[in-house]
Amino acid sequence: MSAPNLKIEDLRVSIEDKEIIKGLDLEINGGEIHAIMGPNGTGKSTLSAALMGHPKYEVTSGKVTFNGEDLLEMEVDERAKAGLFLAMQYPSEVSGITNADFLRSAINAKREEGDEISLMKFIRELDKKMDHLEMDNAFAHRYLNEGFSGGEKKRNEILQMMMLEPKLAILDEIDSGLDIDALKVVAKGVNEMRNPDFGCLIITHYQRLLNYITPDKVHVMMQGRIVKSGGPELAQRLEAEGYDWIKEELGIKDETVGQEA
Amino acid sequence: MSVDTSLRFDKDYVNGFTSSRQEPAWLQELRLQALELAQNLPMPKPDKTKIDNWNFTDFKHEATGNAVAFNELPEDVKALIGSEEDAKNVLVIHNGTPVFFALEQEVRDQGVIYTDLLTAAKEHEDLVKKYIMKAVAVDENRLTALHASLFLNGAFLYVPKNVEVSAPIQAIYYQDDEAALLNHVIVAAEDNSSVNYVENYLSTNENTESVANIVSEVYAGAGAKVVFGAVDNLAKGMTTYVNRRGRAERDGRIEWALGQFNDGNTVSDNTTHLIGDGSFIDTKTVTIGRGDQKQNFVAQIFNHGKHSEGYILTHGVMKDSASSIFNGITKIEHGATKSHGEQTERVLMLSEKARGDANPILLIDEDDVTAGHAASVGRIDPLQMFYLMSRGISKTEAERLIIHGFLAPVVSQMPLESVKNRLVEVIERKVR
Repeated sequence: MSAPNLKIEDLRVSIEDKEIIKGLDLEINGGEIHAIMGPNGTGKSTLSAALMGHPKYEVTSGKVTFNGEDLLEMEVDERAKAGLFLAMQYPSEVSGITNADFLRSAINAKREEGDEISLMKFIRELDKKMDHLEMDNAFAHRYLNEGFSGGEKKRNEILQMMMLEPKLAILDEIDSGLDIDALKVVAKGVNEMRNPDFGCLIITHYQRLLNYITPDKVHVMMQGRIVKSGGPELAQRLEAEGYDWIKEELGIKDETVGQEA
Repeated sequence: MSVDTSLRFDKDYVNGFTSSRQEPAWLQELRLQALELAQNLPMPKPDKTKIDNWNFTDFKHEATGNAVAFNELPEDVKALIGSEEDAKNVLVIHNGTPVFFALEQEVRDQGVIYTDLLTAAKEHEDLVKKYIMKAVAVDENRLTALHASLFLNGAFLYVPKNVEVSAPIQAIYYQDDEAALLNHVIVAAEDNSSVNYVENYLSTNENTESVANIVSEVYAGAGAKVVFGAVDNLAKGMTTYVNRRGRAERDGRIEWALGQFNDGNTVSDNTTHLIGDGSFIDTKTVTIGRGDQKQNFVAQIFNHGKHSEGYILTHGVMKDSASSIFNGITKIEHGATKSHGEQTERVLMLSEKARGDANPILLIDEDDVTAGHAASVGRIDPLQMFYLMSRGISKTEAERLIIHGFLAPVVSQMPLESVKNRLVEVIERKVR
């Protein structure tokens, strides 16, 4: 398996004819963890949704390749099969389908017909990963996200990531709504995945998750584009001083794009 | 244009038919009275569905089936039972004739009566008379009267006082003759007894027009519990009128799990009366409409007893240019204090041309009660689709998962694994 590569060039994304992402460039390679930080309404979640192919977001121009292939040409499920994963900020609830059945369908979707994962192996893997995330085994038999608390949904997103073993994962505000214990558990899950064949993009408001997952690169997003990049120290400075110094440095008055989806 | 609903069956016909079957005099009497009523009563008027040009009254009446060994049963019927070893407590009625029957000695020893209705009418006259056409009245309309005068056979399941039947009791009604399917089922559970009954309706008249007129009557005595599962899977040519009616006495309990998957036009009425104090009804029903079929479903609960509770859950999937009306009715009668009624109707639309109306109706004549309802008609949530697909699941598979999930409340409720599996297959075939 080769190390993944996600390359975004001059990406522009609109929602209902309003441009949210206004020319964004970013490259993520295997083994790297990137963090995109920024205040509310600067287009962070739009970026993650557009990369996964959310039906409401329209890519108006630019280029995104994933391992050399045109990501934007792919259907949502093809993107996932190619190895892209999005841990969503607000995962859907699906009644009548158990977590376990859903996960097995997802795993088998990536495998050839006739090469489906055996039930025993699946259960073994699931138990192991759930233990790792300190999740009660009962979650496997509950309907997908139905009645889950915010924190339970986030853990469930990480569980799916660990079970599906993507090449590149985007974590969209995975830390929002988590207490410190849950945050550590989620970080443990991500760190467990860390290896040269895995890349990760963490989208967050706060630095606190980055105390537990050290990023290789930190980017600041404002007005629908990346305005500043640096190492982990950039995140620390943002935590200490806020975003105003960047706005001042770049002469930005209103950092938002007017609408955060 | 409306069809001619005058009857082609007269007194002589009914006399001849009932004599040739050596029916007891009381039944002959019932049939003749019913026939007279059928000639004069109006047709039923399902709310919001026009049935003027549906044919319910012109049909070939008598059909025949022959008793067979398990292995000679049609594959579709065998699939519902499982293997021969699984055929423990099952009655198969083919074209109105009982063709296969099994009942465990253990169940017989408990005093349980399970047999085809005609045999019961001869051998257990008093019991059958006590229950037949009591929950559904002969004179409700032309079709209930017609049913009483012409029903061919059915099942009679009687559970004595304090008897708990652990194994599910199964019935399969299978029609491959062009004749009408006129079936009558009675499930009577005496005080403090408990039983699970599950029935399947099958027919092969894809291209032949025929009529089904079905009545099921369920009686739960004081403290008794009846679980009633049904999977209807009648073919496109069948125009169906089905009444499933229940009565629960004090602390009695009836749980309906109805998979209504007919392919032809259907009027279905499921009404339960909470007669006794503390009685409880749970009605779960799911359906899939496809092609250009028209259906009308009523799920209705009357709270008469104090502290009685009634729950209705209806989920329908509509595709192609199918159209369905879903009427949920909770009626809390005066004096039914501290009772509770709740209902949910949800309709999932899979195509632009399909139509589904969900009408939750609460009628409350008592102040000291609680009640609630919810209804929705909508398409598959694009965000759910996005979520499932973002895990690598294809569009078709994601839709399939969502639909199965939507129909799960009834599937998971089926008391027999073989029926459950079959139900999943039926859903699979219908949504494809």
